[in-house]
Amino acid sequence: MDTRDTVFIALFAAIMAALAVFPPITLPVIGVPITAQSMGVMLAGGVLGAWRGALAMVLFLTLVAIGLPLLPGGRGGFGVFMGPTGGFLVGFVLSAFVIGWLTEQFWHSLSFPVALAICLGGGVVVLYAVGVPWIATVAKISPLTALSGSLAFIPGDIVKSVIAAGVIVTVRRAYPIITR
Amino acid sequence: MIRFREVSVKKDGQAILTEIDLSLSERRIGIIGRNGSGKSTFARLFNGLETPTNGSVTLNGQGGSKALRRHVGFVFQNPDNQIVYPIVHEDLEFGLKNLGLGKDEMRARIDTVLRRFQLEHLRDRLTHQLSGGEKQMIALAGVLVMRPRLIVLDEPTTLLDLWNKRRFMAAIHELEQQIVLVSHDLDLLDGFDRVLHIDGGQVVADGLPDPVIAGYTAGAQC
Amino acid sequence: MLSDLYVFGDSLLHRARPLIKILALVVFCTGLFLFDHWAVIAIAGLMVAAGFAVAGLRPHHGVAALRPAFWILVAIFAVQVWLADLALATFIISRFALLILAASLVTLTTTAGEFVDGIEAGLKHAPGWVPKTRIALAISLTLRFIPLVRSVLIEVRQAQVARGLERNITALLVPVVVRTLKHADETAQAIQARSFD
Repeated sequence: MDTRDTVFIALFAAIMAALAVFPPITLPVIGVPITAQSMGVMLAGGVLGAWRGALAMVLFLTLVAIGLPLLPGGRGGFGVFMGPTGGFLVGFVLSAFVIGWLTEQFWHSLSFPVALAICLGGGVVVLYAVGVPWIATVAKISPLTALSGSLAFIPGDIVKSVIAAGVIVTVRRAYPIITR
Repeated sequence: MIRFREVSVKKDGQAILTEIDLSLSERRIGIIGRNGSGKSTFARLFNGLETPTNGSVTLNGQGGSKALRRHVGFVFQNPDNQIVYPIVHEDLEFGLKNLGLGKDEMRARIDTVLRRFQLEHLRDRLTHQLSGGEKQMIALAGVLVMRPRLIVLDEPTTLLDLWNKRRFMAAIHELEQQIVLVSHDLDLLDGFDRVLHIDGGQVVADGLPDPVIAGYTAGAQC
Repeated sequence: MLSDLYVFGDSLLHRARPLIKILALVVFCTGLFLFDHWAVIAIAGLMVAAGFAVAGLRPHHGVAALRPAFWILVAIFAVQVWLADLALATFIISRFALLILAASLVTLTTTAGEFVDGIEAGLKHAPGWVPKTRIALAISLTLRFIPLVRSVLIEVRQAQVARGLERNITALLVPVVVRTLKHADETAQAIQARSFD
């Protein structure tokens, strides 16, 4: 890891923080507000690759844990990890790693549909695979109930995947960081 | 004295600089040239941020990017890119920590530089809240505390207003060190000892400011 | 630096070392999950209440800590009442509330600066393979970059509004990412130029 990697990791931790104050968009039909922050997870993996992306998330979550109000709504501190949705935060690390790893594998043929599939797989499936069992365990409900409770957020996550995939393929052409 | 020996730089198979052979010992040296002429790459060779594909760069006979970085300071166009730490004094300490200096020595050096340019009141300020002019002065201070022998400045006044530009240049003119200034603002080169005009990766004119600048501006008439 | 969630004070809890507080929190949470019993909830409740009293925190600090999780807790409560019974629902929600309040007790009595100092102090004793200076640099750089990314975001958004692209989020994020990446690259150069490697 060289100086450039350190700087990029810090940059994406900061991008995550900046996206928290990005005004949430409310989807017209369902009425569930979506925040821009989980796009930052996809971008970290898709722009920096697996290791740097995952470390950017570790750094970001560390700053959240020590009490900086970097989550949407100015939330922060250890309490956010103790709440029922803590798994979705911890899942950021694995999610960025998987997106980064897949992006590296498909780097040479990275088109929009491929990037979209990667974002959906790593940013939605992997994230829920951590977050949903977490809720189920700490709230003592069945995983299926926890999943159906989270379904309302899926449309927002799909929108975010579409946007993130567009950004990832454009940045790949404009200023590629992953080199293979 | 900084010596370029048949220096060429290639990137992705494309020649950026070809066969530069120079000895620079004048105290005030200007570099001019069009966008994309290779002057930015040239400037980065001075302190080892770029390394030659062929040839060598040496300062007083010493080569290698480590030695160059130790003795050649670099000021960038945008101070926001150069300031690393959230608080002014932390940023000034950063370079000194890398040199492995003790706390007292760091403090003494920082005090000297801040006092010299009347910047003491900025010591505990948040760097992102400084004005553009203050930021560039702090970026310069961050370089000066390291006591370099030569300072390269890559268009350091582009983002400054007229007043801050004058203040910054007054500070530069006061410095004892050898200065290499890359600039599109030709007025800044008044009183310089030598100006190099870079074009197409080569030094196309080299001499006193007046004739070199005259040739450069004549080429821009259309 | 960014404002944190710290509430000023000089109690025993404020003065305790961050590492001790974190370890106590870990023990507390593990205990709550390990012993699934009402008696444990009751004892934990007393401990949290005592903690709030000692630290001089007011009920509204607790309410503020719980508010973000309020609706999801309501949902979980409803699901539990429906699928199980009122007793289990109350138990689960009480446990969440205690976990969140205990965590907020640590957050509210410790400044972010104290945590950063704690991390740096901890790194001093870390084994050689841990890149200590890099970790410290990364933390500082992030704090430096946050206001910078925000201002780039605002600038680019204004430029896109001027072009009528304010609803196009891709058109907003691409320039923000590219600009800040270039910025980061030059910062990396500036760091190297100041003899860090």
